[in-house]
Order: sequence, then structure tokens, then C-alpha cells
Amino acid sequence: MSPADVTPVLSVRDLSVSFGGSGEADRVVDSVGFDLAPGRVLALVGESGSGKSVTAMSVLGLLPETARVSGSVRLDGRELVGAASAELRAVRGGRIGTVFQEPMSAFDPVYPIGRQIAEAIRVHRRGLRGAALRARVRELLTSVGLPDAARIAASHPHELSGGQLQRAMIAMALSCDPVAIIADEPTTALDVTVQAGILDLLRTLRDTRGTAILLITHDMGVVADLADDVIVMRQGVIVESGAVAAVFDSPASEYTRELLAAVPSLGALGDATEVATPRSGADASPVVVLDGASVAFRRRGTAVRAVDGASFAIGRGEVVGLVGESGSGKSTIGRALVGLVPVASGHASVAGVELGAAGRRERRRVRSRIGYVFQDPASSLNPRNTIGTSIAEPLLLHTAQSAAERTARVRELLAQVRLPADFARRYPHELSGGQRQRVAIARALALEPELLIADEPTSALDVSVQASVLELLEELQRRHGFACLFISHDLAVVRRLADRVVVLHRGRVVEQGPAAAVLAAPAEAYTRRLLAAAPVADPEAQAARRELWRELEAVR
Amino acid sequence: MSAPTDAVDLSARGGTASGRLDLFTQLRRDPWALAGLIVVAVFVLAAIFAPLITAINGQNPYDYNLHALDSSGAPKGWGGGISWRHWFGVEPLTGRDLFSIVVYGGRLSLSVGVLATLVAVAIGVLVGLTAGYFGGWYDRVASRVVDVLLGFPALIFIIALTAVVSANFPRPVLIVLVMGFFSWPSVARVVRGQVLSLKQRTFVVASEAMGAGDGHVLWRQLLPNVGATIIVYATILVPSMIGFEAALSFLGVGVPPPTPSWGRAIGTSVQWFSTDPGYLVFPGGALFLITLGLNAFGDGLRDALDPRTSRRRGILHRIAPRSARTHGRQRKVTA
Repeated sequence: MSPADVTPVLSVRDLSVSFGGSGEADRVVDSVGFDLAPGRVLALVGESGSGKSVTAMSVLGLLPETARVSGSVRLDGRELVGAASAELRAVRGGRIGTVFQEPMSAFDPVYPIGRQIAEAIRVHRRGLRGAALRARVRELLTSVGLPDAARIAASHPHELSGGQLQRAMIAMALSCDPVAIIADEPTTALDVTVQAGILDLLRTLRDTRGTAILLITHDMGVVADLADDVIVMRQGVIVESGAVAAVFDSPASEYTRELLAAVPSLGALGDATEVATPRSGADASPVVVLDGASVAFRRRGTAVRAVDGASFAIGRGEVVGLVGESGSGKSTIGRALVGLVPVASGHASVAGVELGAAGRRERRRVRSRIGYVFQDPASSLNPRNTIGTSIAEPLLLHTAQSAAERTARVRELLAQVRLPADFARRYPHELSGGQRQRVAIARALALEPELLIADEPTSALDVSVQASVLELLEELQRRHGFACLFISHDLAVVRRLADRVVVLHRGRVVEQGPAAAVLAAPAEAYTRRLLAAAPVADPEAQAARRELWRELEAVR
Repeated sequence: MSAPTDAVDLSARGGTASGRLDLFTQLRRDPWALAGLIVVAVFVLAAIFAPLITAINGQNPYDYNLHALDSSGAPKGWGGGISWRHWFGVEPLTGRDLFSIVVYGGRLSLSVGVLATLVAVAIGVLVGLTAGYFGGWYDRVASRVVDVLLGFPALIFIIALTAVVSANFPRPVLIVLVMGFFSWPSVARVVRGQVLSLKQRTFVVASEAMGAGDGHVLWRQLLPNVGATIIVYATILVPSMIGFEAALSFLGVGVPPPTPSWGRAIGTSVQWFSTDPGYLVFPGGALFLITLGLNAFGDGLRDALDPRTSRRRGILHRIAPRSARTHGRQRKVTA
């Protein structure tokens, strides 16, 4: 059934949005048109700056006053562009529900969840109050897969997990039986296992209530999992649109092909044909040895173990992927290795130096042997320093090089990460996210380290930029032969880079082994769930994975 | 297959040549900052060349001109005795030339204000940086000291102190030290707050992970980032110090007569306001102008010093939302 057969609930025609100045150049959204049919999920995909969120917000009339919107947005035949604000308010939350990216900040922290949902109901239905209102809130919460509705309703936002909050957010969006839901990156801030549940919930809503869903996402895997139709946007223009299966199977536009090619693939489950080939020298004396290492944080008087008895080693020139969900302690291990957090018990040694017993001088020496790349390139470079100064910082700290020698080395490093030499004089805000991450990599490599710790180096980047940064990391690793601890929540990225994988769950190492083996035929139940939950950018393969995930969830 | 990359096309980006624009060029584009700078410069020059300026019409701030007064001691003539000899009129009771008093008074006000600010900023930055960065018991002690000093009745203490300290001790130096000592806590508190949030930023953690010592992190990473705040705070502190000195002189515990001082002039002029409003207008106006000028200049300086704001001056960038800006940038990069 194609969407043209049914009357669309929402139809957008020739929508253009521009900010500030006049003229074509300032157009953020340019002549976009689509139909949203009941009981179908339409995905708007694109990278940052593609105008996908602006398009969605203009449907609700939620753009700032400086925005100029032209074209037509019709909801059930009524024009929304230029509609009176009272009419738009009735639409928002009434006819169209909205789910945002950050469930943690979408709720007001001082009120219980139930009260906030009740408030949303009462805005549109004045008559409902008292016991009937409370019953309606509980019914909504139960319908989004929160069986413990009474407790959830009485909880404050900080008492719930991200997944629970996002479900509550969806309950709120459903409170007035909307004809359509706009979900703006609804699972981006969540772990994959939680994401799979939320996507399943949205699918159920579509099937049981016939709600139309406009899904905004950058993740091709999410599109493959949930969407029926897809629109690919780039720089405010629709590049391609059509049914998901058709677009993924034979993308018509070059850009869509590039996007799909840039998504790292996980391969089929249970397919262990690929055998790991350990890199040379991996069996020599390891660079990193962790033996029963624990890291504890003191929080309000009680000690919380972020890492609990972790044991693994990283050989020379070996790339080890450290995977786990948020709160699994994977970043803490990275920080413990450079001595930013102390190892409470067990042993941890880097380059032959036992971290627990190392003095100030020793620790400094260890740090000079480690390069560190952080997740957010926007904040890992000092905004007041030029790129050149930032890259030269390790040289300044650990070598006696002259200013001229440092400048020459900075030029060399910039060339290695494929950035022009004149970038040395620029400031971080003048660079794009991917360029900043290249600078961070250049800085990490300045002293030719034995170990590179990369903590989620690509999770803040667009998928096409991610692909090129990963390619760069791979190439530099081959050329310099440093050992690498690659920390990531993204199994596909880890599979692409790592020789070996260590899986962390709640501070404990649950499984480790050659990447190809662990990621293709995991031995542990947790790893299997993690793998099954990660969506792949292929609708057919994803449908199979979804079934597997459901089975695994059922036996839990 | 060619994945779109972010490291492409060096030639296409040549248009956005790099580097920070010259600081003065920056300031010149901001009319308020420029006006402020000019006002401050005029006052500073007037203070430096006070003897030359007052010599133009043969006046100085010490000589009595009793012939310019009437029998009640009030200045003769319009506006407090404004004439071609006395541009701002004369002081009641003494007949001293008010223009000379204002010009010479600027010497005391500006030097005391700037020096006391330097003392306050030096102590405040040192304490604030270290307390915010090191934390722990040191931070707790420093913060309590700051709290105590902020709640301390400074004025009463200073009045008492001036009575105790030997008359031979140079009074301006005493005022500078005392005002500096009672003003650093607010600087320390602002700097500490900034450092606490900067400390969480990844670039500080990155620097530590690279093996940087405390000194390097404090000096190279944190100080440049609080620098703009300090400068702006200092430019606001200078006029408040000038006002503080004026208040002390007003209360009679500042610089003793006959040294010309705006504060003492304002203090005595209050009693003469109904008969001789001109006496309040000129020293008061000078205080007002230098305060406004320093504030406007400080504001412009902060913008000029920030590499993030220094290059975008267009209206569009101030009002367009982030998404629109990122969009523009993305376009350039992937072009």
C-alpha cells in the first residue's frame, strides 16, 4: 500500500524557511513537500544542518521569530502556516504530539511525572479532573509499557531512567489522542538496548492506534528499523524520497548512496566465517595490563564501584575495542589509565609502570607515552588557543624543542591528519566538528605515543564525517603502530577498527576475545542482547535482528 | 566509493582567512567602546598634563580668589562663577578655581582607582584561580575568608584605621591598600565560579591527561579563559574604586585638603547645592563620565578579546539561531 492511497493527515507543500537576512543563500529549508499518512512512519533523515529539525518545528509553528516561513502545511485540510496562535496551541499537544531528543531535560525537574502529564491533558481538556484525570494518566503510562504506572506517576524526573522518561514523554505526547506524532531524534540520547524498546513502542502505537509518525533522525539503522517511508535531506533540500525498502535497496541519488556506504556495518549474526588475524607483535610484552582493577567513586558518603575487577591487556600495536552502555565504566577505565582517577584495588600498568605505585615523575612519563582523544571535539580544545598552540601543548610539556621546531612538528602533524598547514593559526570555533576531531588526533599523536586512548571519538560527529575520521585513525594506526584502546558504545564502529573486543557491563568485564568472533558469535547473554539491539541500515536484515531481539527480551 | 570527507578542498576555504583581527581594529568597529576609550583617554591625558592645562588661563587648584566671591561666601555670577578666567566657576568660601580642582582631582581619582583595582585583581585572581582549581580544604578556607570579608563592615574599619595609622604614612598609599584589600573577595568569587565550570571542560582534563602540571593548567589553560572576565570586571571595578575614594573623601577620611579630590568636592558641594548647583555638577559629571567611559570600554574590550565573538559582528549572527549558523558552516565545509 503506497501512502498515496489514503488521505494524508498532514501534507506539506513547497515549505521554505529562512533566517535573518534575505535571499536564497539564507534558506535553511528549501521547497520541501511531503505527505504523512495515518498508520505510517515517515522518516526525515539527514546530517546536521540538513534542515530536518527546522522542517519539523515549522509544522508546529515553533520556530524563533526571526524565521520566515513560506509554503503550506495542512493538518486535516486546515492551513497551519500563518494560523492564529490560539489555533496553533490547540494543534500542539492536541492534534500533534511531540517527543524530543533529551528526555532528561524535557521534563520539569521539580514536578512529579504524573502531574506534568495531567497538566498536558488539562490544557486541551478542561473538563477532566480528579480521579478521572489520575486514571487517565495511569492508563497512558501503562499503554507505553510502564506497568508500574502509579509509582512512575509519583516519581520526579531524576528518579527515573532515560528509557522510562522517554516512555513517559511518549505517554504525554499521546495524552490527547493525536493524529500525528513528531519524534525528533527520540532515541539518540539512549543506549541501544533501551532504543530498541522505544522503537518497538513507536511501532506498536502506529499499528494499534493508527497514529502517523514523523520521525526525525540521523541514524540509518533507526530508519531501517521503524520507518515505512523515508525522505533524505541535505542542506535544506530533499535529495531523495520513497518507500524505505526501495530507497535502501537501490538508492537513486549519489548522496544517499554515500550516506549508506558511510554507515559501518555489523554483519549478520551467527556468521563467524571471518577469522581474526592478530597483528604482528601482539603477543610481545603488552602496553597495558589491567588485573582485577577497580575504580570507586565516593558519592554522598557511599562508595560506588564504577569499575569492578576488570582484567584485560593491550598488546603492542593492538587495537582493543572497549564496548558497553552508558554507566558501564568504559570511560572510567580510560581515565584510570592516564591516572586521572585512581585505581582503588587490583593492578593497572601502562608501559611497564605500575600506576598505583608510580610517583609524580613516573606518572608524568606515563602520560607522555599516551595520547588521548575525547568524545566532544568542541570542548577538548581550549577556545582561547589557536590550533597550533593546542597541538604543540604536549611538545611544550614534555620536550625541550624550540618554538621553530614545534611549529615544524605542528605542520607535519596537520599534514598527517590531512588538514592544511594554515589551520595552525585558526581558532577551534572556526573549524567543523570533524576538523576539530582531526586536530585532537594530531595533538594526541604529537609525541608518537605507545598507546592511544580514543574515548567515543566519533559519536558526536555526522555519519559521513565519522567514516572519514575512522579511516584516518585506521591509517595512522597502521603507519605508526601504536596500541589503541578504542572506547565506544557503537558495536559496528568497534567491529571495523578493533582486533579484540572487551565488553563491559555495570563495571565488570563480561566477555572478551577477537573482535570478529565476539561480535559474530557472542558467548554471553548480555553481548547477544547488545548486538541484537543495535540496528543495521538494511530493512530486511533489521527485521530479522528485531525478531532475535524480541526472543532475547522474552527469555530475560 | 568515496565517503564525503571533512578534510577536503583546501582551496575552497581560502576565503575565510584565519587569524584574529588586530585588537584596535576590533574596538574601532564598536562605537560604544570607541567612545568609552576616547573619554578615558581624555581624562588620563588631562590628569597627566594637569599643570599645563590649568596654566592656559593661569590657574591652579590651591590659590584663593576671594574677589570672585560675594559677601556670603558664595561665588559671584552665573553657574557658580563661570567666567573666562574660571571655566567651571570657583569653590565657595575659598574661591579656588573649580576647573583646576577637577583636572587635578582626576590625578588622585584615577591613580588611586587603578592601583587599588590592580591590588584587588591580583589577590582576587590568585585566590580565585587556586581555590577553584585545587578545591578541598584550601577552597573551603579561602571561600570562608571571602564570605567574612564580603560581610565585613569595611567602611567603619577604614574610618577607624585612618584614626590609628600614623599621620606620616602617605595617605593615598593607605587608601589604595585598604580599598584593594576589601575589594578582592568579589573578584575571587567570580574567578572561582568560572574556574569551577572550566575545570569540567574536556580541554582542561585533556591537558592533565597529557601530563601537564598544576602551574601549566592554571597559567596556560584556565587563566586565558578567565582573562576576559577579569578585564571586564576590572574596568567596572576602577570606577567603583573611584567612587569608593570619593566616598572616603566625602566622609573626611580620604586624602586631606588641600589636595584636590573629586570626592571631597562632591562632599562639600552637597551643602551648597541650593545656592550653587554648579559646584556639584562639574566634579559629579567628571565622575559620571569616567565611570560610563570605563564601562563602555570594558564591554567592548571583552568582545574584542573573545576569539569567538571577535569575527562575527553582523546582526545576523547575533539573532539567528544556532541551527541556522551551523547550517551555513556545514555548507561551506561540504562544498
